[in-house]
Amino acid sequence: MTETIISIERLCVEFDGEHVLEDVTIDITAGEVIALLGPNGSGKTTLIRAILGLEQPGHGKISLFGTPIKRFKDWHRISLVPQRLPGASSIPVSVWETVMSGNIAPRSRWRPFSRAEKLSATQALHDVDLWDRRRDRLDALSGGQQRRVLVARALACNADVLVMDEPTAGLDAANVAALSALLTALKDQGKTIIVVTHELDDIEHLVTRAIVLGASKHHSVGFDGPPPVPGAFAHDHHHHHDAIIDKTPPVVGMQP
Amino acid sequence: MIALLDFDFMRRALVAAALVGLIAPLIGVFLVQRRLALLGDGMGHVALMGVGLAFLLGTAPIPTAMVTAALGAFLIEFIRNRSRTAGDVALALLFYGGIAGGVLFASLAPGKASSSLNSYLFGSLSTVAAGDLWALGILAVSVLVILAIFGRELFAVCLDPDIAQVQGIRVRAMSTLMAILAAIVVVVGMRVVGLLLVSAIMIVPVAAAQQLTRSFRSTAVIAVVIGLISSVAGLAGSFYIEVPPGPAIVMLALACFAVLAIAAVPIRRRRKELA
Repeated sequence: MTETIISIERLCVEFDGEHVLEDVTIDITAGEVIALLGPNGSGKTTLIRAILGLEQPGHGKISLFGTPIKRFKDWHRISLVPQRLPGASSIPVSVWETVMSGNIAPRSRWRPFSRAEKLSATQALHDVDLWDRRRDRLDALSGGQQRRVLVARALACNADVLVMDEPTAGLDAANVAALSALLTALKDQGKTIIVVTHELDDIEHLVTRAIVLGASKHHSVGFDGPPPVPGAFAHDHHHHHDAIIDKTPPVVGMQP
Repeated sequence: MIALLDFDFMRRALVAAALVGLIAPLIGVFLVQRRLALLGDGMGHVALMGVGLAFLLGTAPIPTAMVTAALGAFLIEFIRNRSRTAGDVALALLFYGGIAGGVLFASLAPGKASSSLNSYLFGSLSTVAAGDLWALGILAVSVLVILAIFGRELFAVCLDPDIAQVQGIRVRAMSTLMAILAAIVVVVGMRVVGLLLVSAIMIVPVAAAQQLTRSFRSTAVIAVVIGLISSVAGLAGSFYIEVPPGPAIVMLALACFAVLAIAAVPIRRRRKELA
């Protein structure tokens, strides 16, 4: 019996009266590696922001680890790996400070960082193979290395779920390979990983399931099963309530 | 130096300058990281309105300016969150409202209030009263205590507000806290540095320090050193050459920036070669 980690039920999100996500139902269980696909404007980013509590759903329910998102408190179990840090280029911030920032939380306000927190940050930097660069400025690292630092940041707080926004975008082949090896290792450790991506090829071998949000908001459709064959995306108009297509061939909607 | 310490008012001014040199860069690192370098300026203008009000109402300038600036801090966060006004426009509104209100109220006040407003704009050596020193000390200590408790959360919010929110940090409360801290610094600095230049002591030492540093913490430490040196030395210098202390302090800080910016070029090149 695997634990359902994220449960999304008939989720709708709208901005200024426009539906960005409509009637999305997805369950994600522990240890899955989910690729979240779809063209620009299909609501991928909105979906992950809703999962992280950064967008308020108009309708529908989101539960994290069995708790409704409004009452969810264990935010250290979920971590966002952004493409880059927005503030990283103004004041120098070291790699170590960036990774340790994963441990900052209101619950630790009244005490210094604990030994355990420093140890887990140390371990995380070893995991991403950047321990030697810990004293360097974050923005002195290459794009691929910076992204690995942000993964380490997510690992430092021992998150079980990593939500990654376009982790391979703009990386060269060597960096993609390094990142992909890292994700494989994390998958083997049992982490649940949700990857928003345009470039499924880069991480295809480790994806356990792909969820495709359609260009038409009415057809956000996902599927269970093995990773899809690239280019094999067909289209299914029959699922009006954005179903998960269960164990059917990997056939999903890409355009209306 | 000995002659300088013979005067009571100079001893008080030096202590006040050291306080602002210590706390201003500590808040400045957060403001620069958050790209709110001009927030301190906005607070300075609002505090000016407080000084004008104090002249008009006959109340003590420091508490009145503190209350006005704190209200301004809430107001700017409110404007940024609740209306469609962009951050820089919200700041501009504070600038104009503050300076117009300050001059207006001071002009309405009886006596020669509007001429003594000048000493609040660019700082003055002789205006720190013995009672003021206590108020400034308490304000400076409260900044240090708040930073000790909330500094890491402020850092997380500056690094990435979205991620901070996911970590359970109350981003809006932290932004308001940052504006209030800037307001406190402005009030601590208004006597010796002056309201128009006090935010320079928040920003210029940070800009100078970051030429050399590789981490947030070391930037903060070096910025404090630069802030202390320029405010104390600038104040002493202004005593001898008889100019208002604010401009002297800020020019000294800018000189530190220029020296470090030039020195940083070969240092960075060497670091690159070593890497």
